[in-house]
Amino acid sequence: MVAYLLRRLGQSLLAVIAMAVLVFIGVYAIGNPVDILINPEATERQRLEVMERMGLDRPLWEQFWVYFGNLLQGDFGRSFVYGESAMSVILQRLPATMELALFALVLAIVFGVPLGVIAGLKPDTFTGRGIMAGSILGFSLPNFWQGLMMILIFAVFLGWLPAGGRGQTTEFLGMRVSFLNWDGLKHMILPAINLALFKMALVIRLARAGTREVMMQDYIKFARAKGLSYRRVVLVHVLKNIMIPVVTILGLELGSMIAFAVVTETVFAWPGMGKLLIDSINRLDRPVIVAYLMLIVFLFVLINFLVDLLYSVLDPRVRLAQRGAQ
Amino acid sequence: MPNTSSRALLMSASAALALAAGAVGADTLRIGLASEPTSVDPHYHNLGPNNALARHIFTPLIVQDANQLLEPGLATEWEAIDDTTWRLTLREGVTFSNGDPFTARDVIYTICRIPLVPDAPSPFTLYTRAIAGLEAENDYTLIVTTDGPAPLLPNQLSTFGIVSASVSGAEDEVVFGGDECTGVGDAPASAEFNSPDFAIGTGPYTLGAYIRGEELRLSRNENFFGDAPVWDEIVMRPLTNSGARVAALLAGDVHMIENPPTQDIARIEGDGFTISSGLSNRVIYIALDQGDAPTPGIDGDINPLQDARVREALALSIDREAIRDRLMLGLSEPAGELLPAPMFGTNPDRPAIPYNPDRARELLAEAGYDDGFSIVLGTPNDRYINDGPISQAVAQMWTQVGVRTEVDAKTFSAFIADRNGFNFSAFLAGWGAGTGEMSSPLGALVATRDPDRSLGGTNLARHSNTEIDDLLVEALQTVDDGERERLLREASTIAMDTFAIVPIHYELTTWALAPGLEYEARADQYTLGAAVLRAD
Amino acid sequence: MTDIPNPTPAKKAKAISPLRAAMLDFAASPLAMIGLFVMVVMALSAIFAPWITPQNPYDLSQLSIMDNNMPPGSESFGGMTYWLGTDPQGRDMLSAIIYGLRMSLMVAVTATLCALAIGMAMGITAAYFGGRVDTLIMRVVDLQLSFPAILVALILLAILGKGVDKVIIALVIVQWAYYARTVRGSALVERQRDYIAAARGLGLGHARVMFRHLLPNTLPPLIVVATVQIAQAIALEATLSFLGVGVPVTEPSLGLLIANGYSYLLSGAYWISVYPGIALLVAIIAINLVGDQLRDVLNPRLRR
Repeated sequence: MVAYLLRRLGQSLLAVIAMAVLVFIGVYAIGNPVDILINPEATERQRLEVMERMGLDRPLWEQFWVYFGNLLQGDFGRSFVYGESAMSVILQRLPATMELALFALVLAIVFGVPLGVIAGLKPDTFTGRGIMAGSILGFSLPNFWQGLMMILIFAVFLGWLPAGGRGQTTEFLGMRVSFLNWDGLKHMILPAINLALFKMALVIRLARAGTREVMMQDYIKFARAKGLSYRRVVLVHVLKNIMIPVVTILGLELGSMIAFAVVTETVFAWPGMGKLLIDSINRLDRPVIVAYLMLIVFLFVLINFLVDLLYSVLDPRVRLAQRGAQ
Repeated sequence: MPNTSSRALLMSASAALALAAGAVGADTLRIGLASEPTSVDPHYHNLGPNNALARHIFTPLIVQDANQLLEPGLATEWEAIDDTTWRLTLREGVTFSNGDPFTARDVIYTICRIPLVPDAPSPFTLYTRAIAGLEAENDYTLIVTTDGPAPLLPNQLSTFGIVSASVSGAEDEVVFGGDECTGVGDAPASAEFNSPDFAIGTGPYTLGAYIRGEELRLSRNENFFGDAPVWDEIVMRPLTNSGARVAALLAGDVHMIENPPTQDIARIEGDGFTISSGLSNRVIYIALDQGDAPTPGIDGDINPLQDARVREALALSIDREAIRDRLMLGLSEPAGELLPAPMFGTNPDRPAIPYNPDRARELLAEAGYDDGFSIVLGTPNDRYINDGPISQAVAQMWTQVGVRTEVDAKTFSAFIADRNGFNFSAFLAGWGAGTGEMSSPLGALVATRDPDRSLGGTNLARHSNTEIDDLLVEALQTVDDGERERLLREASTIAMDTFAIVPIHYELTTWALAPGLEYEARADQYTLGAAVLRAD
Repeated sequence: MTDIPNPTPAKKAKAISPLRAAMLDFAASPLAMIGLFVMVVMALSAIFAPWITPQNPYDLSQLSIMDNNMPPGSESFGGMTYWLGTDPQGRDMLSAIIYGLRMSLMVAVTATLCALAIGMAMGITAAYFGGRVDTLIMRVVDLQLSFPAILVALILLAILGKGVDKVIIALVIVQWAYYARTVRGSALVERQRDYIAAARGLGLGHARVMFRHLLPNTLPPLIVVATVQIAQAIALEATLSFLGVGVPVTEPSLGLLIANGYSYLLSGAYWISVYPGIALLVAIIAINLVGDQLRDVLNPRLRR
């Protein structure tokens, strides 16, 4: 088991390195950031000076070598735009994204599990079908479209909630967070729901499938026959059985939530890492793009590894070798 | 539907909203910025938002007013003793926000530091390179020598703020020596200026906090040498999404926003808010490749654009007033030159290029293109106000006189790469004259490409006319204002008469403010919270 | 989708009755039939867009900015009625939406077919040969699937640049792995069957066994995946275009039309964004309805 996990970790690390090389080459081969950053009134000589200082005049392989060397010492390079360490620029934005993702995750569970259980208990009723139809919509409609509609309804027509931005933040454990004051929370509601919808649909499906499966098991029938109340059966046995897959899958999905935040943050102008990535792509801020990717890849490798570990701990029957990614 | 339950949540949330409508401190001005400054270091990135922020904290020697005319800043007087020597008289009794006195040493330090800023993506060396010598006669008199006649020196000195030598770790004596200054110490990294302890200047405000992506706080500088600033505190929030910016203004979250989208202005005004708009120094133009035949966007071995009649036809077929009325909703002024009058070097009597499609067809026929030709018009679609739609409109208008036009719209970074690689026969772009006078657009966009003379840097149309070049070079060495202006006017007239470049319009810069506030629109497009006044 | 290959091409003699049965099963759901109808109408209007739209939104000589931002139902100077209004360039929204649908469908269907072909080849190869080949292919598939499609596509396009072809490439790269996994799964099961052993016993070549015998039997689950994936591809393309890295602005897809109208949403010119949004919504829902029913029909385990 340990050998298997180690091998898997090793493979993932190799993949990370391969990815870094590819992304670096890809990102560094396009355009010239100096052309975007420099004041148009600058002279040709000045332009060359700036390129030289940023190391852009050197051949690609040499730039990569320098970058890789620095990387081994934990230096992700300096942002061309901000002149600060690329990683610190990203980490400044991390709390905003994490806060949004976690809030969305909570929403997904708090609303998704009960809805899914209801749909599982009453699959053929109007409510059950309605919930499932909603989850199909949540799955298949593009995230940005849902976001736009939410803005249109709640910000434009009803005027209840702000259309975007982060609002007031308060200091909490050394980070700036929104959920502790009303203005911040108000700004977070729409983006968090937007980010949560897709995962909520997933939770509903998982919870429904789990519920149906559990309800058909013999021991449930037995428990019912023994006279246990319906309520107790649902609360204890069903919930216990569906929470494991729901929590593991959502853990796995936290990474994709952070990735999907790119879209939500763009729609709602939320100043998180995803927005930073889009801005950096537009401004050719290469060190930030590459550092963001390394961070995300690392996060995914870590999450996958943890889930593997968790699976083997929670359920020895799971044959790790055959586990698909989803 | 998952929506049902979330809607219930929202309903209760909005009920609470009514109670919590926050009252903003009466002496705090909150501004929604369209783009965020990338650093507080005034010498890091020569970029509008950074320069505007710097003006709050650091005062330059000479200050540009709303029309980019020069006014005393930390220097009260400046005069040219001869063609290459200037005397600057510094303001006495000024202190930095930390209480240190301001002297000539700080000026020398600042000019020495500019080339040393690490990783500056667009350094200010552009404005200091003319300076060959810098000597302090005493604490309040500076003698500047230049390596040739430098009539633009005062304009150049107005572009950067003065930082404190002591705070930056300079020695007691800083000596200017061209490339090598002595006594500078270790030049601080730009990121250090993002801390209030380091961002020490002589401006009306001091830095309170700089939280990237969220908020920038400025507090009143009690030691400011000028009139006491109106606002105790200024809070700037980057709201890059224009819709969110407007919503924040209408909801009262901010008192002022930059660049409200043109289509929202009527609604904002309708709600009782104030709109302030004024001509900027930025012209939107179309460059037509006159370098080689064939040219990339036109089929065949020809380059019709080398023929001035064809260029004139293309210029005449653009309905500038329709663009102003339909696309810009009044927020542009049709252009006939590269800089709006009455800025320095413009011909105030020259009208905008008229719309005359019939004449355009005649000219095309005269040039031998009865059947027109087809062309690709390159354009960015996220850089200038309505840039994509303007290009589409121009393409429609060209197509209607027989020049079949296809638009190649790209995000600015991709556009720039293509443009600088000469991949466009025609492209739309903008030029803002940082110095606020005619040599800036003419020298960059029209003069023959010549890196040695620093001319034609952005002349990607490869237009070349020695007559214009000569006038321009002469103007750049003429210290006498009247004579220089005459030369620039003449050069501009020739460039416009030969359709070296096709101007479309000057952008109007717009601000929207809460009722009861006033702001004088600035040609340099800077948003200066310190200049926002109460209407009463 | 009309271009989906016939599910049972190989065993012609026996195929007629199961196919009919499947069709009847499919028709049993009125919702799915509505979905199919909408899908066909959309596909037809996309294909015949140049002949049925009131205006060619790409032909600049037909547009006039004097007509821009008109609300739905306005009349142009030329007397034409803009039923769904016009956009900032003076394009008739109805025409723009039909052309946008054409672009969206074209990109999604092309990408799905290419991804299907690649994924199928890889999946069959992995299942048939097993061992190291299998491990290698499936490792890549696993790795690919562990990253969210949106992120992979975003980075690819940041590197490749804008363009219809590039969007298709990015969609193929993020999608092939789904098919590879699906095909491998069902092919592994089929491989154990006697007829494959018999075919190999007869000395038939690898390629022949793989593509003539193994492949046809893996098709049903693949069709289900492909149908749903077309909807996913449409959604993903729309998202990428919305983020500004998708199709070029001069050839807008539905996603780009929505993005273009985004900044007008708050100004009350809702039609520029909302109508393309509805078209996108309808297309995706229709495809999903069909896909869901197909899954029920083609997957005997789920049959009630």
